[in-house]
Amino acid sequence: MALSPEEVRRIASLARLRLSPEEETRLAGELSAILDYVRQLEELDVSGVEPMTHALASVETPFREDRVTPGLPADEALANAPARAGTCFQVPRIIE
Amino acid sequence: MTREWQLVVGLEVHAQLLTRSKIFCGCPTTFGGEPNTHVCPVCLGMPGVLPALNRQVVEFAVRTGLALGCAIQEKSVFARKNYFYPDLPKGYQVSQYELPICVGGGVDLTLDGVERRVRLTRIHMEEDAGKNLHGVAADGSSGVDLNRAGVPLLEIVSEPDIRSIDEAVEYLKSLRAILMFLGVNDGNLEEGSFRCDANVSLMPVGSTVLGTRCELKNMNSFRFLRQAIEFEVRRQSEILEGGGRVVQETRLFDPQRGETRSMRSKEEAHDYRYFPEPDLPPVRVPAAWIEEVRRSLPELPRARAARYQRDLSLSAYDAGLLTADRETAEFFDASVRARGGGAESAKRIANLLTGEVARLANDAGAGTSRGKLTPEALAGVVRLTEAGTLGGPGIRQVLEELFRQGGDPAVVVASRGLAQVSDESAVEGACDAVLTAFPGEVERFRAGESKLLGFLVGQVMKGMKGKGNPAVVNAMLKRKLGA
Repeated sequence: MALSPEEVRRIASLARLRLSPEEETRLAGELSAILDYVRQLEELDVSGVEPMTHALASVETPFREDRVTPGLPADEALANAPARAGTCFQVPRIIE
Repeated sequence: MTREWQLVVGLEVHAQLLTRSKIFCGCPTTFGGEPNTHVCPVCLGMPGVLPALNRQVVEFAVRTGLALGCAIQEKSVFARKNYFYPDLPKGYQVSQYELPICVGGGVDLTLDGVERRVRLTRIHMEEDAGKNLHGVAADGSSGVDLNRAGVPLLEIVSEPDIRSIDEAVEYLKSLRAILMFLGVNDGNLEEGSFRCDANVSLMPVGSTVLGTRCELKNMNSFRFLRQAIEFEVRRQSEILEGGGRVVQETRLFDPQRGETRSMRSKEEAHDYRYFPEPDLPPVRVPAAWIEEVRRSLPELPRARAARYQRDLSLSAYDAGLLTADRETAEFFDASVRARGGGAESAKRIANLLTGEVARLANDAGAGTSRGKLTPEALAGVVRLTEAGTLGGPGIRQVLEELFRQGGDPAVVVASRGLAQVSDESAVEGACDAVLTAFPGEVERFRAGESKLLGFLVGQVMKGMKGKGNPAVVNAMLKRKLGA
């Protein structure tokens, strides 16, 4: 199944990727091939099979007790930030 | 609301859970604090970390679901909700999507004496985002504080069952009271620990087909919720009456201008590409755990209010006031137990608690606290009142002293000389003095001006510095005047 250039652009924009027209064409082909490959699973009859949500089907989420543990000092938390303002991560102006 | 359009509202509430630590890491959930001081690699979204689910979050979700009559799912699944925003460090929010922990349920309301049930769609667990701070640097840059990132939330989604603004407000108030009774949420709208989004649409009266809805955000008080819906009703009905179509969009309420405006930035973000969170296997809540939580549920506001009306003959209004928060309800119950009397005593306790004591707390800015007044002391005040030892002004003074200093009401009454004078001979002396001092009024009373009795009683009370037992004074005067 072929993805349209619009669909590729939409997926790219949701992923915050900027693609050149050449890349769009190439990726449309590659993504379509991946979808076709995965679509082979649709040939299986899974009626009556519980949908799987996790690779480890028999495992369940372990719980943590509600206890406060030490975190990071602000300086360490901000160590890799490109810019900071006080102890905030500084980012371009957000318009709501 | 015009005659032609029926308002339809569904509400989504985000309630911060009162856990000590965040949902997936051990950082504290305390409000405020210097930016980025309640953070760790997990809630900062650093690579290579794994979430570890806080057991208390699950228990609170189960507790809330049981109280609201939901079906608790023994298996539920966390999912990633993908979008880009500066306050979301991972680029996705861990939430629940297809398999939430609670399904169905409802909130029962009484509005103008009519019972209504607003059904719930679902309740799910999720993490909060951080906070964007505007204008933190001279160039107009924004700042990001991730202290709140990862604080646990319950999202409680109603069906579009709400048909009026009053109903929307009542639903929110009831839900808030229930969450506070359960001890899962502090109900603080201003600080944003209890937040609400409203899906608002109009349809022709008599129709069953829902109109296109708008999602309203940023109403951090009941008054703003009311204003936002009112504005939206006007806006949408004008569009529809002009033959136009309502556009489905997210709209932000502006409290300064009392209106909603389109939030275009949110538009294209609506494709969240949910998928199961691979870092968290399904959550299992065994039936035994659900039963354990069920047994520990407190008596909820509506059940309590019904009991007060049935067993203690209180009015619906008083029962509502007393069950508005858990502290008041428990204080009332403890006072009634301490007094041990019947419905009469309970009514007196209710009146003092919702009247004089509420006024004292309000004046002191004490919220729902009762200062140093204890249920036992309040019961003592009622006992002294019923014995005739305490009357009107005395009750007020004793309560004030007990509120500020605490102590035993009998001791306060004795030490401050607040006891009411019921002694016949003392009252008689005061009455005689007044009858002698106002011969003209006495004459006119005898000639048929019966309302002058009130004046004469007032003069006796004044003569007794307000301590005369009004019943005794009344009876004594009537006897002496031959009335």
